[in-house]
Amino acid sequence: MLSRTADHLFWMARYMERAENTARILDVTYRLSLLPQNGEEVAAMWSGMLKIMELQDAYLAKYPAYSTESVLEFMIFDRDNPGSIYRCLRATRENAHAVRGTLTSELWETSNETWLKMRDFTVAKLLESGTGAFFEWVKYRSHLSRGVTIGTMLQDEALRFIRLGTFLERADNTARILEVKYLNLLPGADEETAHAADYYQWSALLQSVSAFEVYRKVYRDQITPLRVAELLVLRADMPRSLARSMKEVYSNLTRVSNARSAETERLAGELESHLRFGRIERIFEGGFRKYLEDFRDRIFDLGCRISDDFLIPASS
Amino acid sequence: MAITKFFNEMTADDGSVRAHYAGYAAWLSETPADRIARKRAEADSLFHRYGITFAVYGEESGTERLIPFDIIPRIIPAQEWKDLEAGLRQRVKALNCFIHDIYHDQEILKAGHIPAEQVLNNAQYRPEMQGVNVPCDIYAAIAGVDVVRAGAGEFYVLEDNLRVPSGVSYMLEDRRMMMRLFPELFARHRVAPVEHYPDMLLHTLRSLAPVGVTDPTVVVLTPGAYNSAYFEHAFLAQQMGVELVEGQDLFVSDDQVFMRTTQGPRRVDVIYRRVDDDFLDPKYFRKDSMLGVPGLLDAYRAGRVTLSNAIGTGVADDKSIYPYVPEMIRFYLGEEPILNNVPTYMCRKPEDLAYTLAHLPELVVKEVHGAGGYGMLVGPASTAEQIETFRKYLIANPEKYIAQPTLALSNCPTFVESGIAPRHLDLRPFVLSGTEVQMVPGGLTRVALREGSLVVNSSQGGGTKDTWVLEA
Repeated sequence: MLSRTADHLFWMARYMERAENTARILDVTYRLSLLPQNGEEVAAMWSGMLKIMELQDAYLAKYPAYSTESVLEFMIFDRDNPGSIYRCLRATRENAHAVRGTLTSELWETSNETWLKMRDFTVAKLLESGTGAFFEWVKYRSHLSRGVTIGTMLQDEALRFIRLGTFLERADNTARILEVKYLNLLPGADEETAHAADYYQWSALLQSVSAFEVYRKVYRDQITPLRVAELLVLRADMPRSLARSMKEVYSNLTRVSNARSAETERLAGELESHLRFGRIERIFEGGFRKYLEDFRDRIFDLGCRISDDFLIPASS
Repeated sequence: MAITKFFNEMTADDGSVRAHYAGYAAWLSETPADRIARKRAEADSLFHRYGITFAVYGEESGTERLIPFDIIPRIIPAQEWKDLEAGLRQRVKALNCFIHDIYHDQEILKAGHIPAEQVLNNAQYRPEMQGVNVPCDIYAAIAGVDVVRAGAGEFYVLEDNLRVPSGVSYMLEDRRMMMRLFPELFARHRVAPVEHYPDMLLHTLRSLAPVGVTDPTVVVLTPGAYNSAYFEHAFLAQQMGVELVEGQDLFVSDDQVFMRTTQGPRRVDVIYRRVDDDFLDPKYFRKDSMLGVPGLLDAYRAGRVTLSNAIGTGVADDKSIYPYVPEMIRFYLGEEPILNNVPTYMCRKPEDLAYTLAHLPELVVKEVHGAGGYGMLVGPASTAEQIETFRKYLIANPEKYIAQPTLALSNCPTFVESGIAPRHLDLRPFVLSGTEVQMVPGGLTRVALREGSLVVNSSQGGGTKDTWVLEA
């Protein structure tokens, strides 16, 4: 397959996944902002979220202060913010457009239709229907796109690069969602004990990654931070966990293997086995936030390596 | 001079429905108007969702425009098509002979049938191609010949498009849309299928592979996603199951073309290129081209890769060469032309210029190198002021223009805002030449949606119709 085609497929999938996870992060943060608390706490919550998404400077260049309305506008509609859902869906569509011949017509149409709808959304419409409905819509479009991908695409290299993009992005994004939660730990709370007041936050976090019922099913017990972390980091049967994402990254990577990719495969395999054989207590001992940051650095490095090995046209 | 008599594709002069339209007319009269309105809206939203659009430069992604689609088909009876097809095959065969001759011995110039300077000083003549041999001596593997029907029902060839003719994807999508919207119509009519065009195209391209290549790798070369015909490039690549490449995906090493893939370089043998000559190879043509491949011409001249269409075909479809096509048919094939050429005044000739200037209100004046319906004057539809402006252009640069009588283009009932009204149309059939010449029945019918307009180009507000050739 053409390197450029693989590049577009990879990024098409990454942007769609990013749009979905951005909706998830906004959803959970928005819900937490509704808890009884003062304006400063709400502002700190949004500022923390933007920091973890690496968009704080871009936001402050436009808005003087943090308010729920302006953060939502910035993260959903802002055309200059490369991380806004608007821009992610546009980038998804543009990448799909560049390789529409490689996609099944259903997959191309899904992506095109999502973008056409997104263009028609406005802040006013959003407020009228409620943010929840909008975030649901983004998630469903992403579900649809993934379902159409799996349900219609030939299981060849094109599908591998799409899946690679999806799971690499998801690994990064789930780590960020966890980081957002840890910013919001109540003062004085340590990482291992859940406060009663914290309960709502943990359940909101679980719901944002569609893991609330899963948690109940797996642990049949009360919600504790340690177990939440274990579920979202180490459980390979949890579809949005770091372990699951890395397992998919590794297996897709080995299936597109080429003459240059041995080291990249090794690094992905190493990261995957750490997760497969890791214990959450050990991870917490070293500091969970540091662990997440380190994990994201390694994901970033893998992304660069995949580009170099497969996607950037090799010189003759 | 006002034109009063047009050939109506559906109804005869006495108002009766022509036999080949009888089935459709009956269906139209028995189908409730609201059902038709619903279906038309459905077609619109489907075209949007499919993204069957042409890009408009400078607008935001997704604002590509739809080419309006009309649900009343243009129907051609079997015998009429048979004659048309024979004429088109003959014409394209002669044109390929002509291009080969021009880039080799130039017999037709030596014989004095065409003034040599007309050809050799033409900007479309590529000296780089002199003496280059191409597989099967085929230069225009894909030709889109514009045909119109005039007042008495006779066909004329308006233009031979031998460079990168487009529109075939609309022909295919219009058919798909009609079958989806109105399957019952296809049960009632024996409409000749067109769906196999991509197979025929692939077959043609493969048959033109460089000598010695048994299992050629074919690619489609596009200028990119922002090109106005990008949809078609992607569509054809997908339908043929070949890679859609951009210039940056290819490179030349030792006169061999390769594409950059995730598994390393892979050899390319046949390039169906949808990039103009000027942009193909920055080493030889436009230096600033980002769309081409440096060294492509070297590989091509070494016979290591096939370009379809060949470089330099523009020398045969230029409006200043058009008047000589009947002569080519006689010279190369020893046959009389089956299809009519429109009488053409070449303004570089003083007597033709004088005639043109004296009859501007009744003529169509075109730029020799113009395309897309730009830079033309349709005398009967123009104001005195527009005519005077063109008169100045003509006097200043007569060699840049040709003039033709305004043809009374046939019309066909078409849905417009006020209901159903006749609108003018043309037809672009596609002729594929490889080891054999192949065509699908019909082609792309374009319709001028503005009342009275004779300009069918999509850039000028034209639409399309499905084209049915009825099987006997």
